[in-house]
Formats: sequence, C-alpha cells, structure tokens
Amino acid sequence: MGLLQRSRVLVRGETRRVSVSAFLLVAPFLVLVLLFSYLPLIGWVTALYDYKPALGLGRSEFVGLQWFEMLVSSRTQLEQIGQVMANTFAMSFLGIATSLLPVVFAIFLNEVRANWFRNMVQTLTTLPNFISWVLVYMIAFSLFSTSGLVNTTLHDWGLITIPVKFLDSDQHVWLTMLAWSLWKGLGWGAILYLAAIAGIDPTLYESARIDGANRFQLMRHITFPELMPTYIVLLLLSIANLLNNGLEQYYVFQNAFNKEHIQVLDLYVYNVGITGNSISLGTALSMLKSVISVALLVTANAIAKRARGTSII
Amino acid sequence: MTTRTTPATPAATATPPSTLPAGARTAQDPWSRRRRRGPHLQRTRGDLPFEIWNYVGFTIFALVCGYPFYYLIINSVSANDVSALGDVRLWPVGFHLSNYTQVLGLGGLASATLVSVARTVIGTVTTVLASAFLGFMFTQERMWKRALWYRLVIFTMYFNAGLIPVYVTMKSLGLTNSFWVYILPAIVQPFNIILVKTYVESLPQSLQEAAELDGAGAIRIFFSIIFPNITPILATVAIFTAVAQWNSFQDTLLYVTDQKLYPLQYVLYTYINQASSLAAAAQNAQSNLGALASAATSQTPTSIRLTVAVIVVLPILFVYPIFQRFFVKGIMLGAVKG
Repeated sequence: MGLLQRSRVLVRGETRRVSVSAFLLVAPFLVLVLLFSYLPLIGWVTALYDYKPALGLGRSEFVGLQWFEMLVSSRTQLEQIGQVMANTFAMSFLGIATSLLPVVFAIFLNEVRANWFRNMVQTLTTLPNFISWVLVYMIAFSLFSTSGLVNTTLHDWGLITIPVKFLDSDQHVWLTMLAWSLWKGLGWGAILYLAAIAGIDPTLYESARIDGANRFQLMRHITFPELMPTYIVLLLLSIANLLNNGLEQYYVFQNAFNKEHIQVLDLYVYNVGITGNSISLGTALSMLKSVISVALLVTANAIAKRARGTSII
Repeated sequence: MTTRTTPATPAATATPPSTLPAGARTAQDPWSRRRRRGPHLQRTRGDLPFEIWNYVGFTIFALVCGYPFYYLIINSVSANDVSALGDVRLWPVGFHLSNYTQVLGLGGLASATLVSVARTVIGTVTTVLASAFLGFMFTQERMWKRALWYRLVIFTMYFNAGLIPVYVTMKSLGLTNSFWVYILPAIVQPFNIILVKTYVESLPQSLQEAAELDGAGAIRIFFSIIFPNITPILATVAIFTAVAQWNSFQDTLLYVTDQKLYPLQYVLYTYINQASSLAAAAQNAQSNLGALASAATSQTPTSIRLTVAVIVVLPILFVYPIFQRFFVKGIMLGAVKG
C-alpha cells in the first residue's frame, strides 16, 4: 500500500502524503458527533449553577457544589438516594445472577434434534427482543390488568373473587421487572451461545466420546466450558453497565404504587430533571453517573486484560 | 478497541448461512450427522425422560413468548364488547375487521403512522449511508489525523454526558419539537461504523488499488467500488436501524411535546395510560359512525388500545421471521468485535 501511495503521489504530482480532503469529507459527520456527544459535556457546568431555563446560564446564580452537597445533606435525601441505588443494584445483580440462563437455554436447545422445532422455538423466543418496551407494557396491561386475561381467567375458574392488582402493586417489583427482562431477552441472549456451540471443534466431542462420555457428560464437560470465554466477556460488560439499567422499561411500568421500588438511577434522573424540572440537580446526577460508569468500564476492562490477555472494549 | 477481529466477515457473511445457529449445523455441528449414524452409541438411561422434558420445557417457553402476540391479534378482530371483558382467549369471537378502518380514521393516528413511517425510512437511509461512508473513510490511512477522529467517534459508544446534559443540548440546538431530533442524533452510529470498517478491510485490496491507479477519488471509489461490495453488511445495519427507529420511544418522551410529531409508539403509550383521551377518541369514532355502530363494532378503550398495538407490532411480526438471519448475523459480528 505504501509503495502504491507513493507512486500515486508521483503520478498525480501531489506533494502531501496526508489527505486533508479525506478529512473534509468526514468532517460534517464529526460535527454531528461533537454536537450530540461532546457538546453536552460543556453542559456539565450547569451542575455548578442554579440553572433557570428562562434566564439562561449567564444570568443563573452560581452555587458551586451546592447540588452535590444537597444529595448527601438531609436524611430524607440520603434515604431516597439509598433506595434508588438499592433498586439500581438489585435490578443489575438480578440480571447478572440470571446471566447463565441463556447459556443453559442454548445448551439444552442444542440437544433438540428436530430442526423444525429448534427453528420454531428460536423464532418465537427471540421475537420479544424486537418489540419496544411500550408494547411489552401493552402486553402486560392486556394480560395482567384488573380486567385482563389472567384476572378474568382466575375469576372464571373461581380462584379469586376480587381482581388481583398485578401492575398497580408495590409487591415483588424487582422480580416482576426481572421476569419481563427475561421474557424479552432470554431467547435472544441464547443466540450468541448457539452460534458459539456450532463453532466448537467436533474432535473434542469425538475424543470425549471415545473415552466413554455420555450425552450429559459432553454437555457438562465440553459444551459448557467451551462457552465460558464468551460468557465471561458478557459478564464483565454487564459489570461495566451496573448503573445503566436504561430508562424505558422502568418508565413505562412506573406508577404511583410501585414508584419506590422501580425507580432506578436512570429513571430517577429523568424524574428529577425532566418531570421535576430541576435541571441542575439532574445534571449533577447525570455527571456522577457518567464518571462512575467510565470508572467501572475501565475496571472491568483491566480485569479482562489481566485474566484473558485481551481487552473487552 | 481490541484487535480480535479475525473470523467472520466476507467469507462468512457474503454467503450467509441460512438461519445461522440452526442452519450452521453442517460441518461444525457436533450432533447432526453423527447422531443419525449411531444413536445407540449415545442413548443412555436418562435419555428419554430428558428428551421429553426438553421438548416440554421449550414448548412452554415458546408459548409464553408467542401467545401474547396471538392474544393481541385475536382480540383486535373480535367483537369489541366481548374483548373488553377479557373473554377472548383461544380464537376470535365475532370476527370483524372494522376496528382497523375506524381506528385509522382517528385524528391523531394517521399522523402518528406517518411520523413512524417517515422516521423509519429517512432514519434508516441516512444511518445506512453514513455508516457505509464513514466505515469506508476510516479505512483510508492517508486521512489527516485518522486515528484521532476514529477514536473520537468510537469513544461515544462507551461514554455519554448523561440524560439531562444531552436534553439541555438538544434544547439549545433548537431540536426539541422538531422531526429532525429523530434523525440527526442517530446518523453516526459507532457500532455500525465498526461493522462496516471491518468488512471493508476484509475486501481484497486490489479492488481499491486498481481504481486509485485509474485516478478515481475517494467518493468515486466509495460509490462505484465499495458500496456494491458491502451490501451484505449494509442489509444487517439497515434491518437493525429500521427496527430501532420503528420502536423508538425515549426520544419522543424527552424532546417532543408537539402532538403532531408523536410516533405510533408514543401514541400507544398515552392510550394505555390516559383513559380520558381514549374515551374521547372512542366517542369521536362513535359519532363518525353514527347509527351504524353496534355493541360489537363500536369502539371501546380496550379495542382502540388493542388495534393500535397490533398496528405497531405487525411490521415487526412480518419483517422479523423473513430477515431473521440478518439479525442473527448482526449479533454475531458484534460479538466478534466484543
């Protein structure tokens, strides 16, 4: 390539090897990146002001670290933050605790011999991954609201007389949120492992079988360990994403009854900053979250480097 | 960025394995052929109960995943007075299709459908073109400060300033309550750029070199040499982008209060939560129909919700099974990148 470039330079009589015109072609896109990803960083200074949208930043009062102090100042505020962090970590750790399920799903589905059945299971179980959380909520609403399918069925069977409030309830919020995440993501999560299984060296199975291994021993001692590298990478990434539960799922399922236990950090930031119209406090929270997330990612990456010799990012 | 990008791309992707994991059971699959030759070798005593439980378990989970979609559909075509009671469970009762004609006639819904379709089409075209172009340009080693710009773009995959600072920025850029808030921030997608870049790098160098010797510039090379050769990866990018655009809800929630710009997802959300607006909509549909409405066909809040939900999910139900292999390929290429 190098040789070719030099000859080309000679042919066309160019003097520079570095192409500025190539940069100019991508520059408009770089402007978009700067505007939407880096310009907001300047907005972090908002956290140091008592920002009033009507006044603009220039005329808003400078308050220093007041918002950060406020987060830990009063007892009620501390309790609220504590609850939000408890929710955030609970959802994240429940996700991590169930992260082996897609592996198990893939190993067991791989044991199914009928192709048509495998394909059908795969299509149906991966479908929920491609609908929005609004639609998931619509499904939850149709099935579990007081006049929904589950309540009417239970009522018809004479098991209940008054409808159960599945959605407007503060009971088991963490677990129901986990259940919906699994419903949406389990089948899709398994796809990666199914592909990995297809790539396992068949001679491993052959030699194990010659040694007298049965089907379950092959699953346990060949397939499972072969999937572990993939699993570890995803596990480390989920540690890096400890604070990033996302907003949509919790926003759509949020209501006056379950608010205390559903409010994860992302939702809390939204509720404080947008619903509560407290831009400066929301910025302070956003900022803390971004900084801690990067620290987590760097840590996870360092672990990966030490353990596997390659980075995950 | 890691450099673990060895496998996959052209060889694997240019001729996509039919429905990957299942279809990939040719040379590499440990079970298929061997099993048929001598099942007696593997049969052990625990085998049959395991087989049965395996099939039963997967059948149940597949039903749990699939039934809700079926439930929405059969209810949307059933008599509205029956569906409102939650009594349609296994098949349609009092089949009729008038919900669709009536609901699409509701004021907000026609415009919401238009917004959804427009953002999906425009968003997909712009994102695919930008991903293709940037993925190609970032392979051009002569670009001034290429590594810096590339890192600048990729870094945004792992870091963002946060919800509220981005919100304030959008506001100061004048993008709130603008259709372009659905398009512009989504144009540069680092993940897609990595996919395309990896793909371009795996194309034979001679393609580009020949064109360069003939004096073709970057744009010319992109459109006449690169673009036609990277369509397999662009198909994957396109399908993921289209689904993301169609499903998007959060950007409307954050940046848009103008009802004319609500997409279907957002309208559905308001319909689920706001009984009052729904009742008004039902009323509206009623008066349009006049005396023709009967209990079975007149709109109820439930029937409107169900019908909108089906309109929202139907494109996914059609598109997903057909393009399943592109989705599967997408996640596998992503996994290679880590």
